Amino acid sequence: MRELALHVLDIATNSVKANASLVTVEITAKDNLLTISIKDNGKGMSEEFVAKVTDPFTTTRTTRKVGMGLPLLKQAAETSGGTFDIKSKLGVGTEVTVTFRLDDIDRVPLGDIAETATTLLYPDMDFVWIYTVEDRSYTFDTREIKEALDGVPIDSPEIIAFLNSMLKENIESINGGLVL
Amino acid sequence: MKSIADIKAIREKMQAQIISRDNESEANEIRVVVGMATCGIAAGARPVFNELVDQVANRGIKHVKVTRTGCIGMCKLEPIVEVFVPGQEKVTYVHVDADKAKKIIDQHILGGKVCTEYLVGDEA
Repeated sequence: MRELALHVLDIATNSVKANASLVTVEITAKDNLLTISIKDNGKGMSEEFVAKVTDPFTTTRTTRKVGMGLPLLKQAAETSGGTFDIKSKLGVGTEVTVTFRLDDIDRVPLGDIAETATTLLYPDMDFVWIYTVEDRSYTFDTREIKEALDGVPIDSPEIIAFLNSMLKENIESINGGLVL
Repeated sequence: MKSIADIKAIREKMQAQIISRDNESEANEIRVVVGMATCGIAAGARPVFNELVDQVANRGIKHVKVTRTGCIGMCKLEPIVEVFVPGQEKVTYVHVDADKAKKIIDQHILGGKVCTEYLVGDEA
């Protein structure tokens, strides 16, 4: 993947498939470390499945026998001096945490988090995005947005477009000129 | 800087539209579906999805719904966009990018003419 934001989109799609009602994505860039964690309250996985889930020949799909999402993310983290961790419990949820060394030459750019967030707007599912650079932080909570929308669907094109520009502005301000 | 407070104005405008839309039949809705599994995302589906949404939003197109789906099964032809026009056969576009997405809106969704140059036949 060309952006870490694309990995986030891909992994968060697993949470959608796991029937999560809430996904929390935390992105923190601090002291030369970029930490991304994606936590959901979906159906979770058994211990046996978690143990083999980063094997590309493990998948829940029935149409074919490969699943590349988590293995690709693990590889992206570990080839740039970072770490990969996954915790899951059946019926409780799953949390994926990856770290990257910000100054590692092999680290993929973070990319367009705003566009990833607005690609993941669902009427029946909520996301909380917590975006932190050093000591500056911004939180985007779709539950607050839905309350303000008062029944207008959050995935209407006009709303998606507005939220995209709102997120872009806020993320840029948190970045404070840094390119992650 | 834009904030949640700005949503109120958009909301009021849209609530009026939704009431008028409810009166129309949903059966006339065109669905545009973007493949967004790992294969689609890696090939560039996200900018395609967002371009389609932008086009529909900025041009005020009312009878189109842009949605996502998983792996359509032809990973090497991603990004794939499927267009469902009520009463017509499904049309599958392959190797779509943002420019092609715009043309699909112009020519197919608004103009009613399939963009034959982006179909699966020539690419497979």
